[in-house]
Amino acid sequence: MSMDILLEVKALKKYFRVRGSLTKKVRAVDGVDFSVKRGETLGVVGESGCGKTTLGKLVLKLIEPTSGKIFFEGRDVTKARGKWLKEYWRNAQMVFQDPHTSLDPKMTIASILLEPVRFHKISVGDEEEFLVRQMELVGLGKEHLYRYPHELSGGQKQRVAILRAIITRPKFIVLDEPTSSLDVSVQAQILELLKELQRKFSLTYMFISHDISVVKYMSSKMAVMYLGKIVEIGPSDQLFEKPLHPYTKFLLASVPIPDPKTSRSRERMIIRGEPPSPINPPPGCRFHPRCPFATEQCRRQEPTLIEVEPERFVACWLFAKK
Amino acid sequence: MSIDLRRRRSVGDIVEKRLDLGEGEILRVKDLVVKFYTYAGVVHAVSSVSFYVKEGETISLVGETGCGKSVTTRAITRLIESPGRIEGGSVLFRRRSGQVVDLLKLDPETLRQIRGNEIAYIFQDPTSSLDPLYTIGYHIHETIKAHSKNAVKKETLKKAIDLLRQVLIPSPEVRVKNYPHEMSGGMRQRSVIAISLSNTPRLLIADEPTTNLDVTIQAQILDLMRKLQERYRMGVILITHNLGVVADVADRVYVMYAGKIVEEGSVEQIFYNPQHPYTKLLLRAVPDPTKRIEKLESIPGIVPSLINPPPGCRFQPRCPFAIDKCSRVEPPMIEVEDGHGAACWLLEKK
Ligand SMILES: Nc1ncnc2c1ncn2[C@@H]1O[C@H](COP(=O)(O)OP(=O)(O)OP(=O)(O)O)[C@@H](O)[C@H]1O
Ligand SMILES: Nc1ncnc2c1ncn2[C@@H]1O[C@H](COP(=O)(O)OP(=O)(O)OP(=O)(O)O)[C@@H](O)[C@H]1O
Ligand SMILES: [Mg+2]
Ligand SMILES: [Mg+2]
Repeated sequence: MSMDILLEVKALKKYFRVRGSLTKKVRAVDGVDFSVKRGETLGVVGESGCGKTTLGKLVLKLIEPTSGKIFFEGRDVTKARGKWLKEYWRNAQMVFQDPHTSLDPKMTIASILLEPVRFHKISVGDEEEFLVRQMELVGLGKEHLYRYPHELSGGQKQRVAILRAIITRPKFIVLDEPTSSLDVSVQAQILELLKELQRKFSLTYMFISHDISVVKYMSSKMAVMYLGKIVEIGPSDQLFEKPLHPYTKFLLASVPIPDPKTSRSRERMIIRGEPPSPINPPPGCRFHPRCPFATEQCRRQEPTLIEVEPERFVACWLFAKK
Repeated sequence: MSIDLRRRRSVGDIVEKRLDLGEGEILRVKDLVVKFYTYAGVVHAVSSVSFYVKEGETISLVGETGCGKSVTTRAITRLIESPGRIEGGSVLFRRRSGQVVDLLKLDPETLRQIRGNEIAYIFQDPTSSLDPLYTIGYHIHETIKAHSKNAVKKETLKKAIDLLRQVLIPSPEVRVKNYPHEMSGGMRQRSVIAISLSNTPRLLIADEPTTNLDVTIQAQILDLMRKLQERYRMGVILITHNLGVVADVADRVYVMYAGKIVEEGSVEQIFYNPQHPYTKLLLRAVPDPTKRIEKLESIPGIVPSLINPPPGCRFQPRCPFAIDKCSRVEPPMIEVEDGHGAACWLLEKK
């Protein structure tokens, strides 16, 4: 494997049990492959319930995969336990969507931030001095250290959550909808902060969001998920300019564009129906019941990701023939 | 269409006494004031807000969380509960009969007849506007019955199926018997739209109707609203914080900041020729996926408290262009071109 690749995921699956049933399973993530280069941001987009959060948690081993492999710096961390797992968690962190619930309301900001430092036994010298220096990184000050989360604004809380994630100086961070609960002007601040921290500490990000405009802005590479699978992956610019998979086309055509002329002059492509249940995904290509181009083959056989142009992968029979 | 704001304003004063509305207008809110009397102090949630809606047009109220969008539109039919109070202004509404009334002065019974009938609401969270114990069909039946006493169940059921079909719900004959939890989020929101259309309203107030929905479902719902509006010639007030949605559907836009309207104009005027510093910064904070952006603009500072709003212009503490006057005197709406104005001292002609 190239040294350039920090994280690689192979045939990753997570099936959840359905409560009250022995046989039924939710196929939240159902065979996913991708890799992330050092210093790059991989964006993950897709509709609610397609498995984005589950994928993020799997990669960080916050939940156990049903099957598949995760290589971090060339080592298969699916087997990691004890000390090894602890070391992995020092290198790979997660920031969640809602800072209101991800920060313990009964703890001060200082104790929230010291928790990972103590857990990983990182020597920092004077703790308060250390914390004040860290707080500056995210634009906060000493005056915020001894407050409780409810005494901070949404944007400030998210800054604390980000700081908590980078305080152990990890190499890789999964950002799960980090700005979805924030206003646009606060969102802009947080996105710029994330970019700055990425440069400063050479971080690699996996940026999950249903806001495709934000993902496009943040990431060099983008993966589109549909019902537990990646249907298309490639460089963000190219993917946006020339989407290949029919689902990607519909998805991008639905993205609101903050420009009246562009927005009103583009072709209206309104997708019919809603995603089917991940408990009983359709046979063949999962998108076929909603796809206007579906053929007999699509109904029977599941397409796999193939490289149709350099670095552009798509799972669709329309591209498999050539 | 050329509208002189300043002239309009003075004409409006005379008009108000006669309870008359301009050509094609169905709603005119003037100098609306709403305050909340809380333990922490008086929240100046809506401070002298004015706007109008014409038949068949969509206006959009945009602004960040807490700026007063919901309170403004709830006040239109006096849906403000204690500790809130509507303390000033007028809300002229042209009824189906052609009669113009001031909703703030109307007797409660007539107001009740208008609400849910001539003026309908769609709220952000579809689950909260649906009672989990009743089917979608029953909700529609009740909404119709509330406004026409001799509604027959059999007929309202037929109407319900028809409405569900119009909002593109598959197999409406089956779905009409569904309880809210048996539907997906997108379907629930479409049902809420169907219910709001039960009595063919003249004015539809949609408060963040697509905020919790996926973009593909959002596109479906917005497309649907556009079609229904054309068919029924409704006036629509669309509240959203998503500038992409505004760019797509609004005819005219009102930008709100801290309880005030800071800029108004056609959608093109607002997006291509913004005048207020807040509007300018806000537009540069949103990533446009079709453009290559170097850096997003972030607005310095935080939204002021509405308990002690800053004197003068409420945006002045965060405004990079503020001049001395801004912190002393409140700027009036200053017209910059036809139908386009901004409340900013920088626009004052020397
Ligand atoms: N612990 C769990 N037990 C059972 N099912 C689960 C569990 N966690 C997730 N799921 C299911 O797995 C699927 C994927 O969920 P996930 O949260 O990963 O989606 P998502 O793409 O992050 O959605 P959203 O955009 O709404 O956050 C969903 O159908 C969800 O209901
Ligand atoms: N019942 C209440 N008591 C006290 N203050 C209130 C009450 N309802 C609303 N407010 C205040 O009035 C202001 C305007 O609120 P409003 O709900 O209209 O904002 P909004 O623009 O709709 O925001 P959002 O985008 O979050 O929905 C806010 O500062 C809010 O805190
Ligand atoms: Mg999620
Ligand atoms: Mg609101």
